[in-house]
Amino acid sequence: MKISREDVLRVAELAYLDLSEEELEKYRAQLDDILEYIGKLNELDTREVPPMAQVLADDQTADATLREDLVVPCAVADEVLGHAPDSEPPYFRVPKVIER
Amino acid sequence: MSTIHEVREAIAAKKASAREITADYFKRIAARNGELNAYLTLSEERAYKQADRVDAQAAAGKPLGPLAGVPIAVKDVISTRGIRTTCSSKILTNYLPPYDATAVARLEAAGAVILGKTNCDEFAMGSSNENSAYGNVQNPAAPGCVPGGSSGGSAAAVAADLAVAALGTDTGGSIRQPGSFCGIPAMMGSYGRVSRYGLIAFASSLDRIGPFAQNVADVAAVLKVMAGRDANDSTSTTAPVEDYSAALNRPVKGMKIGIAKEYFGTGMHPGVREKVDAGIELLRKLGCRSQEIHLPHTDYAIATYYIIATAEASSNLARYDGVRYGPRAEADALTAMYRKTRGAGFGPEVKRRIVLGTYVLSAGYYDAYYLKGQKVRTLIAEDFRKAFLEVDAIVTPTSPVPPFQIGERVDDPLEMYLADIYTVTGSLAGLPGISVPCGKIADKLPVGLQILGPAFREAQVLQLAHAFEQAGGASV
Repeated sequence: MKISREDVLRVAELAYLDLSEEELEKYRAQLDDILEYIGKLNELDTREVPPMAQVLADDQTADATLREDLVVPCAVADEVLGHAPDSEPPYFRVPKVIER
Repeated sequence: MSTIHEVREAIAAKKASAREITADYFKRIAARNGELNAYLTLSEERAYKQADRVDAQAAAGKPLGPLAGVPIAVKDVISTRGIRTTCSSKILTNYLPPYDATAVARLEAAGAVILGKTNCDEFAMGSSNENSAYGNVQNPAAPGCVPGGSSGGSAAAVAADLAVAALGTDTGGSIRQPGSFCGIPAMMGSYGRVSRYGLIAFASSLDRIGPFAQNVADVAAVLKVMAGRDANDSTSTTAPVEDYSAALNRPVKGMKIGIAKEYFGTGMHPGVREKVDAGIELLRKLGCRSQEIHLPHTDYAIATYYIIATAEASSNLARYDGVRYGPRAEADALTAMYRKTRGAGFGPEVKRRIVLGTYVLSAGYYDAYYLKGQKVRTLIAEDFRKAFLEVDAIVTPTSPVPPFQIGERVDDPLEMYLADIYTVTGSLAGLPGISVPCGKIADKLPVGLQILGPAFREAQVLQLAHAFEQAGGASV
């Protein structure tokens, strides 16, 4: 068994995901299978292989994603706030953050 | 009027107005969508406004755009300003994007009429459209069967003549496989070919927008309109966009096509094998020269894909927290609100992938899984780079299995994942790929032939696909 109930609980907490007891066990079992399968990557020796974070076209270097740091107006604030579950423009209102 | 050519010709010859054509499509949608569930939202007001704009231009004798009056459907993971966009999830049940995706804006600038938003697997995660929070989609080409996924609604809409063309998205096969299952051509350009601005992200290093259409020429036309550098998507390429339509009739005689032995092993359904073999034989008759190639890391592609895609998804879906959009669960504290909102709003497949993705990125596991996955991705991409030194295109089945019955494969997620084997490889390597209809098993179940090309050689892929289609590929 690769993944325990505690592992799933820990991960669900990291991902802010409420899972029922039933979901917890169902996903644990399914993920166990999947992780078992994924383990086959260990058959490959990749010590000298560089990781590929994204596919880059020939004309792109990794810093091709940078641009001039210019502020441009973004005129959607009112529309966005208007559609929010609870807003008091210019704020989104949320339940208070409670210190743990 | 089912194709781009027919629509444009009818408008030019004043046989029908754009408004009449649009109304015709909405009438057909009203008649069949209850049964098919291809569309989730219709955008009549926007569609007719655009149609009237096209008609006014035509009346004034002004030149019409390449897609003028052409009714197009858009997968519901692509942002359309002011039109409900749900990603087929409950967590975005009432979301109205404040902007259009670049791909949509470009289609409309070319005159296209946006009919509405199509059903899909939730957040584009799935291969059968059975993971939608808004119900399954029926396959119009194979009654009782799934249309494929995740872009099942878009594929079904085109296959049922409820749109001339439709946009889908492909992360691990989600355009190509539903195209195959519904018996229509479907293409993804290279990663970076079409802007992802406005595409609600699943896996940012894999996601692409691409067209379904009634024929390869229309696929080429729609792709051409959308493709090209976008300042709003820094991963979009500056490589120039070729005239895909002009390239279609280039001769294919002498083109070298690679057949990878790793794709023709034991996992394939015999009916699929028979049709794909016949398709390859047709390509040979057209003068293509087939040769065996090796893609030695194929067997590791599914594992690699499901690490990388779920890891990226767990990050991209962190934004759905009830703060700014979507329904919000009641709670006294902020983090409880996040947990309840997400717990209630996401479906099981999405949750499963978020949990897996978070796990493979978590401390202690990152190197063993995510970093390892990225390294194997390099090996897979390298396999293709080497193969394309010898051949011009690689031909494979699109799916190892034919369209299956709705409900037949919902119990085993891993089994579902394994059926993505022929499509995830092209996704990981960033290559362009098309699925073209390649016969039907027992005259009933559509089979697709996939053609993969080198990066940014969409014209080459389309040229081969067009020749195959014109030579009767759909009825091998």
